[in-house]
Amino acid sequence: MTAKTIISFENVTKRFGKVVAVDDVSLSICEGEFFALLGPSGCGKTTLLRMLAGFETPSEGRILIDGEDVSRTPPNKRPVNMVFQSYAVFPHMSVADNVGYGLMVDGVLPAERSRRVEEALALVKLEGYGGRKPDQMSGGQRQRVALARALVKRPRVLLLDEPLSALDAKLREQMRSELSQLQEKVGVTFLFVTHDQDEALAMASRCAVMNRGLLQQVATPSDLYEFPNSRFVADFIGSVNLFEGRFEVDEADHAVVRAPELSTPVYLDHGVTGGRDATVWVALRPEKIELHKRGDGQGAPALGDAPDGHNVVPGVIRHISYLGSESVYEVELDQGRRVRTLRTNLTRRDQEDFTWDEPVWLAWHACSPAVLLS
Amino acid sequence: MEENWKRAKAVFAAMAGPPVFWLAAFFLVPLGIIWAYSFGENSSLTEIAINGTFANYVHAIQPLYLGIIVKSFWFAALTTALCLVVGFPVAIAITFAPEKTKAWLLLLIMLPFWTNLLIRTYALMAVLRTEGYINFALAFLWNSLGHLTAAFGHPLAAFTPLELLHNNFAVVFGLVYVQLPFMVLPLYAALDRLDRSLLEASLDLGAGHFTTFRRVVIPLATPGIISGIIVTLIPSVGAYLTPDLLGGPESLMIANVIERQFKTANNWPFGSALSFLLMYMTFIAIAVQAMVARNRRGAAR
Repeated sequence: MTAKTIISFENVTKRFGKVVAVDDVSLSICEGEFFALLGPSGCGKTTLLRMLAGFETPSEGRILIDGEDVSRTPPNKRPVNMVFQSYAVFPHMSVADNVGYGLMVDGVLPAERSRRVEEALALVKLEGYGGRKPDQMSGGQRQRVALARALVKRPRVLLLDEPLSALDAKLREQMRSELSQLQEKVGVTFLFVTHDQDEALAMASRCAVMNRGLLQQVATPSDLYEFPNSRFVADFIGSVNLFEGRFEVDEADHAVVRAPELSTPVYLDHGVTGGRDATVWVALRPEKIELHKRGDGQGAPALGDAPDGHNVVPGVIRHISYLGSESVYEVELDQGRRVRTLRTNLTRRDQEDFTWDEPVWLAWHACSPAVLLS
Repeated sequence: MEENWKRAKAVFAAMAGPPVFWLAAFFLVPLGIIWAYSFGENSSLTEIAINGTFANYVHAIQPLYLGIIVKSFWFAALTTALCLVVGFPVAIAITFAPEKTKAWLLLLIMLPFWTNLLIRTYALMAVLRTEGYINFALAFLWNSLGHLTAAFGHPLAAFTPLELLHNNFAVVFGLVYVQLPFMVLPLYAALDRLDRSLLEASLDLGAGHFTTFRRVVIPLATPGIISGIIVTLIPSVGAYLTPDLLGGPESLMIANVIERQFKTANNWPFGSALSFLLMYMTFIAIAVQAMVARNRRGAAR
């Protein structure tokens, strides 16, 4: 990436007593990115954000903003501003005073201040709300106040702590696209923390997945989903079927993994580096597994990109969840293992094609599985 | 919840009955009797004739007694101000202490309640008197300094103990000591309710600690500050034991005067009138404060 690095975490570790909240994290974020810190609760993502804001000091390592070490700089001297999870809108001040607070403490003159407050309120579509008190506003509106209050300071980086978690489902969808548009409009680097993978995939230009204080993977949303580097990431982002196995063949242009739970070997159209003699895991996303009829002695479907006798296994449908736009089928294999597969209901009668306890073939293309070494 | 109360009226009455009776029988009725006495006069050594006279009140607003009431308010105000100045940092320290330490600190604040006020006041006398611990410590320092200067040929005069007891200083000192927990606890309650992210937001937006304190902490702690002031000021105005034991002849407070009317002077009607005058003044002070607060809130909207 050619963009300028704006934030770097260099081997940052944070301990609370004996608990290691953040464990040797190194991460660079570029100017203009919409970056997500994603992970389950307690993974250290919020601690990382709070260290960047200045509310926590790293136990080890350095944090740089624009190349300057800010590890020990107090929060009020850092060129970043935060939108808190609870919004933290001052309840005793009007909306305009809230938004103008940061400018007031910076000594911006009243005329200039009120002009910039109006500008910021317009940015978050709250024109004319300046005289209101926070308790006269909805949760979504209070969040906009918090956004305006942070953006009016023209920060180098805007930090958002679980920005959508307190909103209801419909508003959350709407705020997702609004936040993306807002970020494009103001051009400020956004760094947000979330435990919601959908949120991260939908909004972020790049995500860092954390688990137990460790950085697991940093990638674009589609790379995280299609090319996860570990079982944790594969499982945390979306839904996945994992099969333990070993390499039978590992060539430059193809590989074959034998998984005891699958009656046929898994053929891959690419080689894999490492893991030759170790246990590996084949990750198959539900929507990448095709469902074919097997009743009336119908033979295994031909895949075209994998040799016969690979990537096709027989099973019986044991459970169907009809979700409207798609259906989730749980298929029991001969060895008793259950596999989730997803089928889009392309026509209004699609969901009637397959039924409970129906024998089926499961098939997947050679490019679909991901092989994970850890 | 509210719905349930409305439905279970019998339960509510059964629960509220005893305390209402208790308050009526042992607080309102005696108060009424005292109020009636204030409009009466001694007809014999033991009899009081309630004849609707205002003479007791006229007597009570003489400069001598008004002066003592004003002084009582002045002492109480000084006590409250000192409690606020001393108590605010204490309340902040407790609020931001680690969870475990917090419980211990709160226990320390409440510890004095476990000892009788009389005993605590006598203990304070042992600290303040001329042969007390403060003077003892000061004498030690003075003499040590004296040895040092004597080595350079300039011996110091003998140490004269400070008169710390039986004066106005001792009264205010004692009142601050007694009232401090009543200031700290409501302040702590208000500060503890404060959302920490508001303070972080203020820092994040570029404000220093002082600005955050002035612009965020104080406005949001105002209800706690007001209740702290009220629960410190009112008992201080009517303080009896502290001025009685720690004060000198010139530090008489209104409660001491009232006590004398009821006991040594055997003038219950006048004592009653003084008591009610004090009560009216306290009510007026609170009402004025409430009105000012409401106006200010109205203006802020």
